Amino acid sequence: MSSASQEYQPYLQPGGFKNWFFSVDHKRIGLMYLYSILIFFLIAGLCAMAVRAELLFPNANHQIFDHHGYNIMFTLHGAIMVFLFIVPGIPATLGNFLLPIMIGAKDVAFPRLNILSYWIYVVGAIAVVWSLIGPLPSIENGLIKFPANWLDTGWTFYTPYSIQSSAGVIPVTLGAFILGFASILTGLNFVVTIHKFRAPGMTWHRLPLFVWALYSASLIQILATPIIGITLALLIMERVLEIGFFSAALGGDPILFENFFWFYSHPVVYIMILPAMGVVAEILPVFAKKPIFGYRAIAYSSLAIALVSFFVWGHHLFVSGMSYWSRWIFSLLTFAVAIPTAIKVFNWISTLYKGSIRMDTPMLYACGFIFLFTIAGLTGLPLATLSTDVFLHDTYFVVAHFHYTMQGGTVVALVGGLYFWWPKIYGRMYNETVGKIGFWMLFLGFNAAFMPQFILGYMGMPRRYADYLGEFAELHFASSLGAFINGLAYVVIFGNLLWAAKRGKVASKNPFNSLSLEWTVPSPPPLTNFDEVPTVTTWTYGYGEEQNA
Amino acid sequence: MSANPNWEPGTFFHLHEEDPVEEYENFKLGMWIFLATEVLLFGGIFAGLFIFKYNWPEVFRLGSQALDWKLGSVNTVILLCSSYTMAMAVDGAQRGKNKQLKLNLLLTLLFAFGFLVVKYFEWSSKFSYGYFPGSDLFFSVYFMSTGLHLLHVLIGMSFIGLVYFRARQERYHEENFGGVEVCGLYWHLVDLIWIFLFPLLYLLRH
Ligand SMILES: [Cu+2]
Repeated sequence: MSSASQEYQPYLQPGGFKNWFFSVDHKRIGLMYLYSILIFFLIAGLCAMAVRAELLFPNANHQIFDHHGYNIMFTLHGAIMVFLFIVPGIPATLGNFLLPIMIGAKDVAFPRLNILSYWIYVVGAIAVVWSLIGPLPSIENGLIKFPANWLDTGWTFYTPYSIQSSAGVIPVTLGAFILGFASILTGLNFVVTIHKFRAPGMTWHRLPLFVWALYSASLIQILATPIIGITLALLIMERVLEIGFFSAALGGDPILFENFFWFYSHPVVYIMILPAMGVVAEILPVFAKKPIFGYRAIAYSSLAIALVSFFVWGHHLFVSGMSYWSRWIFSLLTFAVAIPTAIKVFNWISTLYKGSIRMDTPMLYACGFIFLFTIAGLTGLPLATLSTDVFLHDTYFVVAHFHYTMQGGTVVALVGGLYFWWPKIYGRMYNETVGKIGFWMLFLGFNAAFMPQFILGYMGMPRRYADYLGEFAELHFASSLGAFINGLAYVVIFGNLLWAAKRGKVASKNPFNSLSLEWTVPSPPPLTNFDEVPTVTTWTYGYGEEQNA
Repeated sequence: MSANPNWEPGTFFHLHEEDPVEEYENFKLGMWIFLATEVLLFGGIFAGLFIFKYNWPEVFRLGSQALDWKLGSVNTVILLCSSYTMAMAVDGAQRGKNKQLKLNLLLTLLFAFGFLVVKYFEWSSKFSYGYFPGSDLFFSVYFMSTGLHLLHVLIGMSFIGLVYFRARQERYHEENFGGVEVCGLYWHLVDLIWIFLFPLLYLLRH
């Protein structure tokens, strides 16, 4: 800690609600975002547990909710996970915290817009929760019954049901609409920051790959989010004024809603996954003690994914009514996504080749990500293929594929990133043994939960059903048990992190011997990050290069 | 560092060196990006317009004939004039002519207000004939698109009002005119969207 000057004061001081909630410091905003989304991760996770508890056995001898209640549970799970947890996900938390430090800046370009983004997030979250206010769930004939105002449309709000449902569709869609603004502001802020606030010598081709990933994800946030904004606004108008845009009875088109919805919601999965890929690209070279392999290929493939992501939404409508040629083209374009994605995977693996690998907790997560994400990517191909998709559409196969990308991909990378940067964020180390236990619980529980779902889907089990035939019983049972272990893993994982933040061993400035800029400042970083703006002379990934020379 | 104003409760300054030129560049880039999101926001309604027009040509032909193209034209001219005065306001700011700036901002506000007045008469006449959002798809598109545009006019007017307020405090000069220019960018977009809406709604009537 020799560089720490006398006036060094970590950004964590002083505390107090006002000092945090009104702060424009990107590190504080990142942390506030982190704890906010984790609260919703917990809530939505509990909904998932409820869903899996209901599906432990067929309804004949076991039921917790009535079928309406089951619809509510999977809706809340999906809507909260997507809009309140995983869309802000990595960019708003680790991205906010790290982006300025990684490029040698004191803050983002528009610090006030940054805190505004967080406030908007809070307002949006309140609107979503608002829809649930009213009578509480009650128990009738041994079944938990939910009030009618609880959302039951599924997270996709498909018309016409979302127009007809008596649930509180308006507050939730309004909430998602508001959350969109938070997302746009974060993306806008990041793009301007990356363009204008790089330290001297931090050229585009020296940027950490996490920054490239954030840049690509930000472009999607900016360009896709307005579409969901107008779609949800029109859906609200549909319910208030019956404008008929999405209503076949009035001459409108429910399929139009699906097109609009997926025009946003397909690119949005890359808002979720691109930063996760960036996290992995940061962790791998540090723990393999090797320069990242194929830097430019990884950087540009992020942009390529962002670009292609806008032209594949039709694959969600293969069975909703779409012309032969559109299906053909969307199928082809969807396959195109596999190319930049595979480029990344091959480059990560090449980075590991002949490295001297340390399997610390963050590295476990990075490798876990590669394993799980590869499964996620490969199972996407039968869904992009027209003939097999007709068969697999709306089955558990899709559910499993989606969870392999979102949890196996994004959440695993988020947790890995938190373990990796926790010593920077709090200046304290997590417990390595508990960290590893947490990873293996997550890895095993997750696979046990979702691997059977691929088979279930292949056997024909439709998604979103509250009950199932006897032939699916064993696999559903296994999936539920896996899901409970998966859920328990997060108690261990976040318990370890929270414990570390308070009681963990004090960490050195750079415990993992990383070369990127954020590790050159004290842990936790001071308010302005750098005493003076650093000048960058090399790229970030020169691991072990001096020995080779 | 402990005396940094950032830590005073309730205040939120930012930490960058105060360099108006650099800041102006950042704001301009930020505004351009924001305008891109606005275009996409309207893009959803335009997409609906084209699709419904294709599916229901007769509804759209009759709907368009029910609109008053003269009032629409008046509003188009009004907005074009307002864009001109806005540009003159930016010019005034860039050359440090505060009087020109203030006068043109006021004129822009006046034109914008005129637009609102015409819109008021237009909408109320539609209501009196029994045309509402949801009457048919044409009027849904009409009210949604012009309504969203109207909202943007109002936001733009508040923005111009804020700039005028600051201009009265002599905040803008040759080295600091970014706020005016960014406001101008926004206003031109509001104008531009109308330029697309007008022919699509009012003029394609045969
Ligand atoms: Cu998709």
